[in-house]
Amino acid sequence: MTETAAPKVPVKAPRKATNPHREGMDYLESLPRNVVTVYIPLAIIVFVLLFPFYWMGITSFKTNEELHAYRGLAALWVYEPTIEHIRHLLFETDYPRWLWNTMFVTITATFLSIFCAVCAAYAIERLRYKGSRSVGMLIFLASLVPPSILFIPLSIMVFQLGIFDSNWALVLTYPTILIPFCTWLLMGYFRSIPYELEECALIDGASRLQILVKIVLPLSVPGLISAGIFAFTLSWNEFIYALTFISSAENKTVPVGAVTELITFDVYNWGGLMAGAMLGSLPVAILYSFFVEHYVSSMTGAVKE
Amino acid sequence: MTSIPSAQISHSISWQTRLLGNRNFLGLVFMVPAGAVLLVFLTYPLGLGIWLGLTDVKVGRPGMFVGLENYIWLFRDKVFWLSVYNTMLYTVVASIVKFAIGLWLAVLLNRHLPFKAFLRAIVLMPFIVPTVLSALAFWWIYDSQDSVISWILIEMGVLTETIDFLGQPDNARASVIAANIWRGIPFVAITLLAGLQTISPSLYEAATIDGASEWQRFRHITYPLLTPIIAVVMTFSVLFTFTDFQLIWVMTRGGPINATHLMATLSYQRAIIGGSLGEGAAIATAMIPFLLAAILFSYFGLQRRKWQQGGRDD
Repeated sequence: MTETAAPKVPVKAPRKATNPHREGMDYLESLPRNVVTVYIPLAIIVFVLLFPFYWMGITSFKTNEELHAYRGLAALWVYEPTIEHIRHLLFETDYPRWLWNTMFVTITATFLSIFCAVCAAYAIERLRYKGSRSVGMLIFLASLVPPSILFIPLSIMVFQLGIFDSNWALVLTYPTILIPFCTWLLMGYFRSIPYELEECALIDGASRLQILVKIVLPLSVPGLISAGIFAFTLSWNEFIYALTFISSAENKTVPVGAVTELITFDVYNWGGLMAGAMLGSLPVAILYSFFVEHYVSSMTGAVKE
Repeated sequence: MTSIPSAQISHSISWQTRLLGNRNFLGLVFMVPAGAVLLVFLTYPLGLGIWLGLTDVKVGRPGMFVGLENYIWLFRDKVFWLSVYNTMLYTVVASIVKFAIGLWLAVLLNRHLPFKAFLRAIVLMPFIVPTVLSALAFWWIYDSQDSVISWILIEMGVLTETIDFLGQPDNARASVIAANIWRGIPFVAITLLAGLQTISPSLYEAATIDGASEWQRFRHITYPLLTPIIAVVMTFSVLFTFTDFQLIWVMTRGGPINATHLMATLSYQRAIIGGSLGEGAAIATAMIPFLLAAILFSYFGLQRRKWQQGGRDD
C-alpha cells in the first residue's frame, strides 16, 4: 500500500488569519478570496452530491397526501411524518426476505473471494513462481471485464448447472468481480511486509501455509478489512447478475426486488419506493461510516498500485 | 509393523519436502481457488459469449452456428446504431464532465479545510450507496408531475410548468447523463485526491517563488505529476460508463423511443426479455472492441513516464 494508505489526515494548521505559523503557502490566501474560490464551489458540489439522499429520506417519511400536494419550497420538509411506508415494507412485502438474501449472498461471496484472493496474492507476490508477473497482469485485466458482457453466457451456464433462481448462482458469479480487485489490493499489501520475517520463519522450519496464516495474515489485517469492505459494497450493489439469474420474488436481492416488485405502475408508491431505497442503502452506509479510512485506502490503493 | 526401513522414510520425506519447497508447485497450489473461479466463471463465459454471438440460440432452444448473420442483421438495424450513438454520447459527455468536476473537487479537498476527513467521507456517499437505489431516487426527482427540481424552479419564477425530464428524448439523455455524472464524481475525486496528496508542496513553493500563477502551477506541476493516476482512474471510469446498465434500466428502460438505450441495455432487452440470446451476445461482443480501444488508449497515451519517477525520459 502507498503513503495515503495510512489513515492519517495531514496535521491541520491553525486557521486563524492572525496566526503567522500557518502551513506552507497558506499565508498567500485571504479569507474573502477563499470563500469565493473554495468554500462556495465546495458547498455547491457537496449539496448536489447529498441532495438525492436527503430527498430519498424525507420522501420515505411523508404521507401519500403530502407527497402529491404541490407545496413549492415547503416540500423540502416533512410536516406529518409517518412510518407507514417502512412498516408496510417490513411486514407486508418480501422486503425482509430480500435483505436476508442480499446479506447471505454478500457475506458468502465476500469470504469466498477473500480466501481465493489471499492465496492468489500470496503466491504471486511472495512465492514468485514462474510467470507470476504475467498472472498478476492478467488478474488486473480481469478486473476490467464488465459484467454487462458476461451476463448472457453466464445465464446459460447458471441454467445448465441447475442453480438458476437460487442464491448460489450469485455466490458463484459475484467472485468474478470481487477476486480481481481483492487480489490486486492484497498484492500491494503483502508487498509491504518485510521478507526477513518470512525468512526467519522458514529457517525455524515453518511451512509456507504456517507462514501465511501465522505471520503474513496477522500483519495484513488492515488490508484484509479494506478488501473485505470493498468486496462487501461491490456485491451489495450488484444488479445485472441478480436481475438475470433470479426469477422468483422471494429469492431476489434488495436492489432487484426494489426495482421489480415495489414499482406498481397503476399508482406510483413513491413513499414506499424511497423507504425501500433508504433501508437498502443503510447497511452499506453504516458499515462504510465505521471503516471510511479502510474503504478509501482500498479504493485508492486499487488504482495506484 | 514395528519398524520401517529408515532409508524408505528419508526417501519419502525428501520427496515431499522437495515438492513443497518448490515454489512453482506451491504457487500452483495457492493459485487453484482463484484460478478455478476466474477460469470457469470469467474466461470461459467470455469465450462462450463470443461463440454465442455467432449462433442463433434462443431461450430454451439450442442454437446453430450461423456465422456473421447476427452482425449483418445488427449492421442494418437502426436501433442498434442508435444505441451505439447513445453509448458514445453518454460515455464521452459523462466522462469529460466527471473528470473536470472530479479533478476540481479533488483540488478543493486537497486544501487545509475544516472537517476535511468528514467532508471526504460524505463526498464518497454516492459511490457507496447501491446505484440502483440512488437511481430510484433520481427517478423520483425526475418525475414528470412532482419533480422537486421543477417545483423549486417554478417557485423561483424560472419556469411556469414542470419539466418532462424522462419523457422527451433529449431531456431523457441529459437526465441520465446527469445521474451518471453524479454517481461517478466521488470515485474520480477521491482517487485523484490520493494522487494529489503525494505531490510535494515544495514544488509549488519553488514555482511560486519563480512567479508562476495558480493556473501555471496546476498546468505544469499538478497535471503532469498526476497523469499516471488520471490514466488509470479514467480507464476505469470510461469502462464502467460505457458498459453502464443499472441507471438506465431503472430510470428509462431505454425509452423514450429508444433514445436512452445503451448497448448493454439493448443487449439485455434482446437477450433476456426478447429471448434472442444469440443476438444479445452479438451486441455484447460488439462492445469489446470499444473497450479494448479505451484500455489501449489510456495505456499508451498516458502511461507512466520515467521522469515522473525521478529517472530520465528517453
